[in-house]
Amino acid sequence: MIGRYALRFGALGYLAFLLLLPVGLVFYRTFEHGVAPAWDAVTSPQALHALWLTLLIAAVAVPLNTLFGVTLAISLVRHRFPGRGLVNAVVDLPVALSPVVVGLSLYLLYGTGGWLGGLAGHGIKILFALPGMILATIFVSLPFVVREVVPVLREIGTDQEQAAETLGATPFTTFRRITLPAIRWAVCYGVILTTARAIGEFGAVSIVSGRIEGKTETLPLYVQSQFEGFNTTGAFAASVVLALIALATVVAMRMFRPGGEAS
Amino acid sequence: MGTSAVALSRREAVLSRAGGGIARGIAIGYLSVIVLVPMAALVWASRSQGMGTFWNEVTKPEAWSALKLTLGISVLVAAFNALTGTAIAWVLVRDSFPGKGFVNAVIDLPFALPTIVAGLVLLELYGPNSPFGVNLAFQRAGIVLALLFVTLPFVVRAVQPVLLELDREMEEAAESLGAGRFAVFRRIVFPNLLPAVLSGVALAFARAVGEFGSVVLISGNIPFKTEVSSVYIAGQVESDNPAGAAAVSVVLLLISLAVLLLIGAFRHWRTRHDR
Amino acid sequence: MGITVVEVTKRFGDFVALDDVSVAIPEGSLTALLGPSGSGKSTLLRVIAGLDEPDSGQVSLGDDDVTHLPARARGVGMVFQHYAAFKHMTVWENVAFGLKVRKRPKDEIRRRVSELLELVQLDGLSKRYPAQLSGGQRQRMALARALAVDPEVLLLDEPFGALDARVRKELRAWLRRLHDEVHVTTIIVTHDQEEAMEVAGQIVVINRGRVEQIGTPRELYESPANEFVMSFVGPVNKIGETFVRPRDISIGLEPDGESTEAMVERVVHLGFEVRAELVRDDGQHLVAQLTEEEAQALELERGLIVYVKPSRQTVFST
Repeated sequence: MIGRYALRFGALGYLAFLLLLPVGLVFYRTFEHGVAPAWDAVTSPQALHALWLTLLIAAVAVPLNTLFGVTLAISLVRHRFPGRGLVNAVVDLPVALSPVVVGLSLYLLYGTGGWLGGLAGHGIKILFALPGMILATIFVSLPFVVREVVPVLREIGTDQEQAAETLGATPFTTFRRITLPAIRWAVCYGVILTTARAIGEFGAVSIVSGRIEGKTETLPLYVQSQFEGFNTTGAFAASVVLALIALATVVAMRMFRPGGEAS
Repeated sequence: MGTSAVALSRREAVLSRAGGGIARGIAIGYLSVIVLVPMAALVWASRSQGMGTFWNEVTKPEAWSALKLTLGISVLVAAFNALTGTAIAWVLVRDSFPGKGFVNAVIDLPFALPTIVAGLVLLELYGPNSPFGVNLAFQRAGIVLALLFVTLPFVVRAVQPVLLELDREMEEAAESLGAGRFAVFRRIVFPNLLPAVLSGVALAFARAVGEFGSVVLISGNIPFKTEVSSVYIAGQVESDNPAGAAAVSVVLLLISLAVLLLIGAFRHWRTRHDR
Repeated sequence: MGITVVEVTKRFGDFVALDDVSVAIPEGSLTALLGPSGSGKSTLLRVIAGLDEPDSGQVSLGDDDVTHLPARARGVGMVFQHYAAFKHMTVWENVAFGLKVRKRPKDEIRRRVSELLELVQLDGLSKRYPAQLSGGQRQRMALARALAVDPEVLLLDEPFGALDARVRKELRAWLRRLHDEVHVTTIIVTHDQEEAMEVAGQIVVINRGRVEQIGTPRELYESPANEFVMSFVGPVNKIGETFVRPRDISIGLEPDGESTEAMVERVVHLGFEVRAELVRDDGQHLVAQLTEEEAQALELERGLIVYVKPSRQTVFST
């Protein structure tokens, strides 16, 4: 029937226009002048440092958020404690909050005159340095592991864990052998989302880092600085790297999506 | 099992409960340090020069204009997503065609792609260098486009699972009772999808309100014309007006909290008929 | 309105769900489509309903060929195994749905819905939501909903399958009474032979997409067409190529020339009936069924040696 084809082509057309065109353009513009200039741009010291910094920050933020996420998910689902509702709301906040507001809040907290501004005086530099960027990245990528694990924990219920207990397992053994394997794929999926968010973060880190080239410039920030410096090839080359990471993320998301696919 | 074994397992139980409590305490401490304390500092800073200043900063012409623009465009984008997102979800769940898996995967791209890259690309596609001859740079249409890109997944992913789980027999029953395709959609499918659609719309709205990276390039950030609140805030930081930045930020924070509350209410509404 | 199905075939990919099926359903009857899971009985029902289209063949309601007519145009009422209740609507709104869709006037709707809710004994619960009803109540609501639009034909797809045993029995009797009152041509799909035998006037036995036999419960029991029907419709002992009902195994304490020696392995008392599991001296296992008196007269107990022979047996020519 006509209705179905109209809907299908309408939806697919919209998606092609909105998604595929941009991605196609990234690759086109990058290699427009040949592979060599793009390669040079991407392997310049500044670009490599930006890439390394991005990965480093992710390497710190993701494991921390994963540990936190699993712990909090178990607490939220299996235990009752006062303030549960508030904790739930706070955990969800990073998803709904502007990254600029996130960056600003850290800027105010750790800057001169802020509550923890004194740290800088003791030689602990938070702003315009790595720690601040890590804190910002942790903030924006906080919720994903929790949100993926909570529904799985809720769904599997306590039956298996109780069975393990009657069979003589200690709580720690139960956790290690029953609970963890059960949430393994949800954690995996959450880690993929967290990593993608951490690598791609721009707004919050932009404010907190001061964008000092060669020192506090992540790859997304590098893209902006190259663009503003009219070095479009450099900007696009870095974009390609980020786009490739994004594509890998999308593939990983599809493979690890909990509960099967929407098909 | 002797008494020593009982004592051992009792000690283990106490230890594990204590351990669980400690772990929980650490997790909540982590949450506080990362989220709560900075938010508190933000609110405090916004009021540090008194509520009068707070109010002035928020109602300053440039700030106010940015807020109005941000909210207006976000509502538009969210509403548009309600339609397109539902349609896309429908096609992905109910229709079948070659490459559907690919399309389904690609929906997540706006989530995975850094916003600055999206912004750069949209500028190249629809700005002065556009291969299509359009030039949406420095225009609100450019902002709309950028926001449509980044908010794409929200309604789609909110609706898909609900649509998948929807009891097909309900639709067949309605059909057997004489309802045409449209009546079935309107009376059976849509009421059951609505809470999910609204949740997705709320998230899309929140994302649109706060969006920065994809908008900052194509919009040109012209005050009173194409400057959104997030860009305004960043500008205030650079102009060394932290109180002003904080004030507007608190407004955005309140909007985010309101949206989260709304989503919670939708979830509650959605599950009221399930058992 | 009677239903005629002529040479209907339906495939799902490589799987043949219905293979050249022809059935005639008399007007006003209560017919059961009986068969195991995957036999095609639900598919046949759905083809009659118009929810699925056959690949070949013809479906007629009365004199009208409805083969290519969609469900909404056929005037059938359908009840599903898992109720298919409109969970976002109250009981009242559920039952009123078909009438609302046909844009009937408000007072007609009000009258009809009240009437039906009373008929199915749900009149006090009209403001409740399906989630607040028991399974049996939900199914009664589904029936009222289907009847609201005065269907020519009522189709029930394993309607009591999701309910517990006691409720199932109650609803079976209730359905029988309802049919006596309302006289709509009704088809019920079931895999439960006891249900079919109890409720239906005519049974169509289906297996692997083919009709095995059509007849009254009695005909099916007394004169089964083949091994499948015989063993599906009731318990049966298969001895080589011979089939003997448990009821038809006569047990004696003395040999009489034709009987075979057997030992009682187990005696189960089922209230008014007794089931005895026996093993003949040639190793053949048998199940016999007797009344309580007969069992007592024999002093039937485990380990007892008896002599058995069939009082009636059936052999099928292939």
